[in-house]
Amino acid sequence: MKALPPDHAHPTPRGGTPEFPSASTNPCKLCTPLGACLAFKGIAGTVPLLHGSQGCATYIRRYLISHFREPVDIASSNFSEDSAVFGGRRNLHHALDNVGRQYHPDLVGVATTCLSETMGENMPMLLGEYHRESAADGLARPPTVHVSTPSYKGTHAEGFNDTVRALVESLALPPRAGLNAPTPPALLPGMVSPADLRHLRDFAAAWQSPVTLVPDYSETLDGGTWSDYERMPTGGTTVTDLRALGRAAVAIECGLVLAGAKATAGTHLARRCEVPLHRLGLPIGLRQTDALSDVFADLTGRPTPLRLAHERARLVDAYVDAHKYLSGRKAIVYGEEDLVASLAIFLAEIGIVPVLCAAGGRSGRLEKAILTNAPELANRIEVREGSDFADIEERITALKPDLLIGSSKGYKLARALDVPLVRCGFPVHDRLGAQRIQLLGYAGTQQLFDRIVNALLEAKQAHSEIGYSYL
Amino acid sequence: MPASTDIAILPDRAASIVEAGSAGGPVKCGKGSVAGSVSQRACVFCGSRVVLYPITDALHIVHGPIGCAAYTWDIRGAQSSGPQLFRNAFSTDLQELDVIYGGEQKLEHALLDLIAQHGPKAAFVYSTCIVGLIGDDVKAICKRVAAATNIPVLSVASEGFKGTKKDGYRAACEAVQHLVGTGDTSDIGPHSINLMGDFNIAGESWVIRDYFERIGIQVVATITGDGRVDAIRRCHGAKLNLVQCSGSMTHLAKSMEQDYGVPFKRVSFFGIEDMAAALYETARFFDSPELLDKARALVAEEVAKIMPQLSAWRADLNGRKAAVYVGGAFKAFSLVRALRTIGMTTAVVGTQTGDAEDYDQLREMCDPGTIIVDDSNPLELAKFCLAQDVDLFIGGVKERPIAYKLGIGFCDHNHERKECLAGFVGMLNFAREVHATVTSPVWNYVPRRAGAAHLELEEARS
Ligand code: SF4
Ligand code: SF4
Repeated sequence: MKALPPDHAHPTPRGGTPEFPSASTNPCKLCTPLGACLAFKGIAGTVPLLHGSQGCATYIRRYLISHFREPVDIASSNFSEDSAVFGGRRNLHHALDNVGRQYHPDLVGVATTCLSETMGENMPMLLGEYHRESAADGLARPPTVHVSTPSYKGTHAEGFNDTVRALVESLALPPRAGLNAPTPPALLPGMVSPADLRHLRDFAAAWQSPVTLVPDYSETLDGGTWSDYERMPTGGTTVTDLRALGRAAVAIECGLVLAGAKATAGTHLARRCEVPLHRLGLPIGLRQTDALSDVFADLTGRPTPLRLAHERARLVDAYVDAHKYLSGRKAIVYGEEDLVASLAIFLAEIGIVPVLCAAGGRSGRLEKAILTNAPELANRIEVREGSDFADIEERITALKPDLLIGSSKGYKLARALDVPLVRCGFPVHDRLGAQRIQLLGYAGTQQLFDRIVNALLEAKQAHSEIGYSYL
Repeated sequence: MPASTDIAILPDRAASIVEAGSAGGPVKCGKGSVAGSVSQRACVFCGSRVVLYPITDALHIVHGPIGCAAYTWDIRGAQSSGPQLFRNAFSTDLQELDVIYGGEQKLEHALLDLIAQHGPKAAFVYSTCIVGLIGDDVKAICKRVAAATNIPVLSVASEGFKGTKKDGYRAACEAVQHLVGTGDTSDIGPHSINLMGDFNIAGESWVIRDYFERIGIQVVATITGDGRVDAIRRCHGAKLNLVQCSGSMTHLAKSMEQDYGVPFKRVSFFGIEDMAAALYETARFFDSPELLDKARALVAEEVAKIMPQLSAWRADLNGRKAAVYVGGAFKAFSLVRALRTIGMTTAVVGTQTGDAEDYDQLREMCDPGTIIVDDSNPLELAKFCLAQDVDLFIGGVKERPIAYKLGIGFCDHNHERKECLAGFVGMLNFAREVHATVTSPVWNYVPRRAGAAHLELEEARS
């Protein structure tokens, strides 16, 4: 390890690729297993199981619950001191038994926490043993998918993406001779809201194309009330769908930062199964949504469906109506890297300058992802990786933003600055309806756009001496 | 067949569930949660963090990867009348290299940086699971930093896997103990107390402090609600410790009794009966008829203020049934009594940290047939709520969606509540919230009740 700088009083540099990443004050990220649990919640009949101590599972449940306002059952193998010393084999097997007994799942999604990762638990061996022993005893056990999620190597967003990859890698079967009937396009949208997942399905339907969303928690994390407790709420990508992914007509993987990663769910499908892969941004704004449309146009050979053409036209119309209120305004965007990248590109398109784009992750690819797709932002923005709210705060007086865009965690800053906060990303726990926040497609962008414009107008009204009631 | 009836209770858990009024051995409790049981409990770190968090002018830094700190960033409703430092999340945010080579340097660096930046009165350093595993010598670092900065820097041994939440309470008490006895006590009077185990959620400590001060009792320190390091330093000068919330601060109270001869009493400030009893018992402890008279007058005055409204709500709530699942048993006792005050019965009651005696007491005080459970999980709670057909669930954030999904009213009674529920005014707030949820018309539309509402309507029409 490199030596620390001698002068402790000097704040260590943050952001960019810091040489000495300092401690974090008010983090702009959560931990990897949270992302894993969220992704597993999008697989039908799946119970997430964290291999490690009880606390992580409970905290993650609490966080997901307060965002989605739905039950989120996450099991833990509940380490004790013994397991931390001698290994968690017994706990894992016992936990799998108990989850099977109570939930009867189709799949158990096993994620390792920092603790079990550091201990170096040999998960393929432990899980292999479990399945072999069960088979020998004639017991039918649900399949397991393991994802390695040490938090000291990533953020919740990376945990999410790694889990999607693990699911695809362990379940998708390469096409075999004679078994080649192609299956629907695979759409890997990244960490988006249940409402956005539903919209993506509608978007594909407008092209008369079915689609397999991976994962799909549009129902499991945004459903109706029940007459009885549903152990695993209905909905989600089925294990059968996952197995068929290897024969998908195309794979569409959203996330411009993710697109720079070497091994993803999409690259696996491309390399192992020869599924043509499209790597796009989250479809926010015209440019990025058009890119998604182009993929469907190619695929289906159809012209843009009327419904989407209308949605797009209305969006352009809205852009025009509101452009003066936005022109030259400055925003701070923070959160998951891929969301920040796509939001920044969208903001550029409507004339708002995302003066500071801050993410908790440290992929080293955020700046490039933004500037390649919105070159007009070159020299006008600051991009900070490994950022936290103390870091953002340090830059705020100089930047004088007109608004903040990101999770609820920016509320205090927005309040102190007296600028509006447009809530999106994760978590949103000081408002109802986080599940239904839409950002994607022309329609989702429309909603986001209206929220941004109106937030700015509201702030202007609030600060106006005369007050006005007519634009 | 409804799914709830075929939810199997795990064999390992069967002994943790009993019915009031039935025979049977003691409730199995106080153990780590069963692997795979989706327990509602957190970890040792959680216990420590809950207790120490409200010390407002201290720096709280979590030594470990980011999650443990991120998940506990300002999630509790503890209020401060001054410093806001405690509402930040500081973490060493360990990265891979730190895990490989140890996080000691990073911690030391972070502490020196943050103390210079924020000027806290003390610092608490929480060790999480991974730190226990990689073996950082946190104590030595704390000592060095304390010497360099001239403030107490206290290590909290809260590695998540080293026990249960209760062990976290103990680790917190041990850390606080280092502060106690280091301040000036010369101006502390004979009728003086510390409030322990009250965390000033939604300003509750202020309400309680006001009651005691009105009857002439000095409150030296609230530990830890709206806590100040300097007040804790001199709290050993108080003549009595009142320990609220079973367990969390009993360890500190016991050691103060031993080290400084300050006796303690366990009390609760929830509900009319318990609040009044706490005031009377304190007055009696000081053996002062004057204090007792004042306490009686205060209770009479406060109860008169809320009674008319309570009676009105009671009329609507009479005979309705509740399920209670909370952290500590003392809160459960209070809730059973408070629910009775507004005409409701408790049909399910459970806790995360109760001990065998607590459960015996619950068995005695609850109506026969009440389900009593230790360290429950969503499936069990759902099953019990449906089987007992309750109208209300009292719990925390993790229990709320269980209630709402099943179409059951809900009242938040954990550390994240935003409503003051302590004292007499708290009883009024509690009853208001219970009334608001239980009598809401929305239940007419949820699947569980929709059928019944429909029938009623038809009857009324015919
Ligand atoms: S130990 Fe790791 S997995 Fe667990 S809460 Fe902390 S950061 Fe998250
Ligand atoms: S890592 Fe350990 S200390 Fe942190 S939340 Fe998990 S169980 Fe608790």
